[in-house]
Amino acid sequence: MNELLEKIELCIEFGKINNAAVYPPNMRGQDGADELTKQALEEGISPDDVLNKALIPGMDKVGQKFSENKIFVPQMLMSAKAMSSAMKHIQPFFKSGQVKQKGTFIIGTVSGDLHDIGKNLVAMMIEGSGWKVIDLGVDVKSEQYIEALKENPGGAVGLSALLTTTMVNMEQIVIDIKSFSENAKVLIGGAPVNTDFCQRIGADYYSPDPQGAVAYLNSLAV
Amino acid sequence: MKFKELAIKNPGDLYFGTAPNPVKTPRGLVIGGGNIYPELNFTLPEMSINKTDYSAVLKQYREIVTGALDHAVHLYSDGIVLELETLIEMTQIPQMGIDIVKIMNEICEENFIKHGLKSEIRLTPNDLREFERPPKQRTTKLIEPMMELFERGALAGGNLLSIESTGGKEISDDALMMCDIKQFIFSQAVLGVRDMEMLWGKIVAIAKKTATIPGGDTACGFGNTAMVLAEKKYIPKVFAAVARIATVVRTLVAVEQGAKGPDKDCGYEGPFLKAITGIPISMEGKTSACAHLSPLGNVAAACADLWSNESVQNVKLLAGMAPTVYYEQLQYDTRLMNEAIKGGKQDILQLQKLFVNSDTFYDPQAFILSPKSVIEISKEIVKGENYIDATKRGCLKGLELIENAIMEGTLLRDEKEDVWIEMLKSDIASIPENESDFVELILPTIDQSKVILSEYGL
Repeated sequence: MNELLEKIELCIEFGKINNAAVYPPNMRGQDGADELTKQALEEGISPDDVLNKALIPGMDKVGQKFSENKIFVPQMLMSAKAMSSAMKHIQPFFKSGQVKQKGTFIIGTVSGDLHDIGKNLVAMMIEGSGWKVIDLGVDVKSEQYIEALKENPGGAVGLSALLTTTMVNMEQIVIDIKSFSENAKVLIGGAPVNTDFCQRIGADYYSPDPQGAVAYLNSLAV
Repeated sequence: MKFKELAIKNPGDLYFGTAPNPVKTPRGLVIGGGNIYPELNFTLPEMSINKTDYSAVLKQYREIVTGALDHAVHLYSDGIVLELETLIEMTQIPQMGIDIVKIMNEICEENFIKHGLKSEIRLTPNDLREFERPPKQRTTKLIEPMMELFERGALAGGNLLSIESTGGKEISDDALMMCDIKQFIFSQAVLGVRDMEMLWGKIVAIAKKTATIPGGDTACGFGNTAMVLAEKKYIPKVFAAVARIATVVRTLVAVEQGAKGPDKDCGYEGPFLKAITGIPISMEGKTSACAHLSPLGNVAAACADLWSNESVQNVKLLAGMAPTVYYEQLQYDTRLMNEAIKGGKQDILQLQKLFVNSDTFYDPQAFILSPKSVIEISKEIVKGENYIDATKRGCLKGLELIENAIMEGTLLRDEKEDVWIEMLKSDIASIPENESDFVELILPTIDQSKVILSEYGL
């Protein structure tokens, strides 16, 4: 493999964003994903190769290490940030159609519920795995999800809830989303919900953790 | 920092059931007065809260409290605290929360008159300010229904006033996910402290006006969020342990403003507060596994004055409705501790030793909650010249104790966490003690669209 692509992959794996970044300590002073991606494109390496031979394999390794409890979330989020710094150089090629994005993921905490740390974590990890993420925030009503779906046809939707009393709102939102777009995939998560509840309310997937949500979405993107 | 020395200076004097400044309640509980009582917490099952279902909501609370107090009488209870931690709708429409307090109080009073059962209601309105992003902590209209619920709920029988306030949360959530201890300490020792001063000034004034008891706050949204993330293996346990210590000072401000205790159950920073101020505290451990997992099941009881289950849904279990079942568990836990109290200090310390030693080896979060660690860390906190200095000192002492314990083999080593201890030490040491310098250092590192500094008086 091209040496530059290998270096980019390492930057993603270890969360080296750019030259100025002090993390990770053992890569201090070196160029990061930002500079190296720019350099690779300038040298004529195709954006598709940068994405599929360096960025995504780097994130896959990070995901694997996280699943095996070898690293913590902040380390993974540094990798996600490194990925974002590289993606800004790839972005123009999405528009031109030279590179295909995995898809769009719309996420929010359901109406009446303000808990968002779990939702934020899922959003960051999904973004890090190459999806465009639209975070609608907390206390999100059916209309807001539907509006986002109108603007992003084919998007998948994630609903989060932490209260037993907002599970009812989650159910109504799923009904509303499915009425608007029967084929829209809806993922749910949060402390009081489970697979049974997911099936009962007509959602498509329940994940107890962010990794499960990433894996499910990636299976849709294949 | 008002507190310059500890109310409890010796680890051997920091134990369950007794606090230097006990709190006497109208129906005769003396919390921290040589007895430990259960504090039962509960929530609704899966159901909506709206006008149509309102009578069903009230019925749920009536059933919960009736069931629990009937069983308390049956088990010869010495007394019980019931917490109503309101759901969003019950604070948005204060009358809803007030109606529930009235129902609860009616049942408490009936049992007091009929059976002599001593019970009290802790009223905990949820902090609505989170609804706005960025939150307008001081100028928002959302404070009005919160304060209305405090005042009218107090008059309806909510004799212990508490809150799980959220000042600083707009910074701490991201700080926890990124394990950025500098940002986290900023959220606690700068934003948290300033918000607590404002909020607890108001709550204490309401308590005075209504002749009720200003209980205390909890850093649940901060320290417990860290603990839950660590339980899921998302962040290092040592980070969560240090984050816990970093929450002490912001919760202490409630006491500086006039809170009398009992401090709220989900505040695992409570033992530090008890050591520093002498107020009684509520704690939760193994019997709160119905609400969240933790590595602190036994050690949490070491110096508790109320023993809580955090929260349980009103659902049917084989034995009965879950709140009644959890009341029974709390009752047996506290009955055992009260038996030790009857046996004298030697028995208390013997039982406490078992609580402490059965947990502290396995997790730094449990380790820092042993009475010995609590006193050593608290001693450092009160040396602080200001809130930032106090927080830094407490966190660094905690890290020192953790490091020493790992070296001595009294705390389990997790090699994956070694690097974090070093990073935390160096990051904490680099924090300037001066607030303006700290603000200047942090501002470029945070998403400034998430916070309105003027809402903290900055």
